Amino acid sequence: MRNTLTIAGRELQSYFVQPVAYVVLTVFLLLAGWFFFALLRRFELILEMYAALRNQPGLQNFNLNQAVIEPLLHNLAVVLVILVPAITMRTFAEEKRAGTYELLLTSPVKIGEIVAGKYIAASLVVILMVALAGIFPIILVFFGDPEIGVMLAGYLGLIFVGLCFVAVGLFTSSLTSNQIIAAISSFGALLLLYVISWPAETGELQLAGLLRYLALPEHFAQMVKGIISTQDIVYFLSLIAVALFLTQRSAESARWR
Amino acid sequence: MIEVKGLTKAYGNFLAVKDVSFTAEKGQILGFLGPNGAGKTTTMRIITGFMPATSGQVLVEGLDIFTQSLEARRQIGYLPENPPVYPDMRVDNYLRFVAKLKGVSRNRLEEAIANAVSACGLEDVRYRISGQLSKGYRQRVGLAAAIVHDPPVLILDEPTIGLDPRQIIEIRKLIRGLAKQRTVVLSTHILPEVSQVCDKVVIISDGRVVLEERLDEISPEVSLEDVFLKAIAKEQPSGLVAEAELEEVEAGRSGGQPG
Repeated sequence: MRNTLTIAGRELQSYFVQPVAYVVLTVFLLLAGWFFFALLRRFELILEMYAALRNQPGLQNFNLNQAVIEPLLHNLAVVLVILVPAITMRTFAEEKRAGTYELLLTSPVKIGEIVAGKYIAASLVVILMVALAGIFPIILVFFGDPEIGVMLAGYLGLIFVGLCFVAVGLFTSSLTSNQIIAAISSFGALLLLYVISWPAETGELQLAGLLRYLALPEHFAQMVKGIISTQDIVYFLSLIAVALFLTQRSAESARWR
Repeated sequence: MIEVKGLTKAYGNFLAVKDVSFTAEKGQILGFLGPNGAGKTTTMRIITGFMPATSGQVLVEGLDIFTQSLEARRQIGYLPENPPVYPDMRVDNYLRFVAKLKGVSRNRLEEAIANAVSACGLEDVRYRISGQLSKGYRQRVGLAAAIVHDPPVLILDEPTIGLDPRQIIEIRKLIRGLAKQRTVVLSTHILPEVSQVCDKVVIISDGRVVLEERLDEISPEVSLEDVFLKAIAKEQPSGLVAEAELEEVEAGRSGGQPG
């Protein structure tokens, strides 16, 4: 445990010294702000249209949660597909390139502790990103009347998505000593995880059910709607567990090459 | 005390180390000598537990590096060929990180760091960022990291590389001082370094040990150079190769580092 925290502490420090964390946070929040602004404008416009048309049922079904927060969270998840690889690409690749991996592997530390430390540090950066993007629902609470529980479930979903992405990113970084290769391959893997259910939409495929289960947006969308089900949590947790297990095996294999 | 028994390491079909055995005793500095590519670094990486051997055994203070790995690794201070320094960390922070990793207890942390800093002459750069330091200072930071947890065994892969003559003398003095209570294995291809610093020499060539001898047993009339050349010539039938190796050794002595 102490070793894990030592490694996590050093990792976290280097995110803020290098300064990867600041750049990623800035880009994420700027984009999030832009999405929020655009969605609010659209919300206002549609509201005016409904009012002008005296469309009472339309007005009743139209709310901030569905029109602003839901699309915002889906957009942010896509931004994470691009930004998380930038956070995780250095975790193992940089150590191998700089030779500091030799220090870690000859220290009395288990590989699992190294993986856990790196995972915790990168996850904290992602959680900080999502938490800071929490400013937007807070604004809505002040000026409108959104459902808070639904928003919290959605943000929890976004954190789970981020944690899954970090685990996958660690794995690809552990495969190589080249940061670009680590970033590109984790970007590819995450995007695939996002679109893997597309062939299933034609409905004729044998594996349609499986593909839909594997696709991350299917589970994320449930949480964004405010439904927290065990099935989705199990999906996220098992994705994290599988990716971290593979990372541990791959980091260990550096010894055998 | 380090016991290396019948170590063999294969990379695919290529045998980098073949049946290497030697012993380094406490209070002794063992000079590990050999031409470039002879298998020095591979052997040291196996001793430190960075990679496992294909066959053979390494005992560090009586602990098997493969089966009792964590315990054995605690006994070792290791300076790899390239000092494993994080360029974005301050020296003080870096040593603190390494000390914690090596299991130095919290109340001994400050003392351990202060000792390593003063032993390696790092007072002036203690709060500087490692990436901005010269090669010589980075080498010393690496050495400080190797001794910060006060290990009974030190493995140093070319510790004086990249240092200026004054620093080389200081580092050699430091290593001699450290060796009194410890086992030190030091790899180099600078021959005078061996005769000045070491008590025992192991020469490795083409993955095999070709000589293991105490320095005081080598007669004073014969220079270490002759011993070295004779030892590696046995391995390589062509005199031409030995000559090429001699040039490398000469180049190593004059300060330039081939390869």
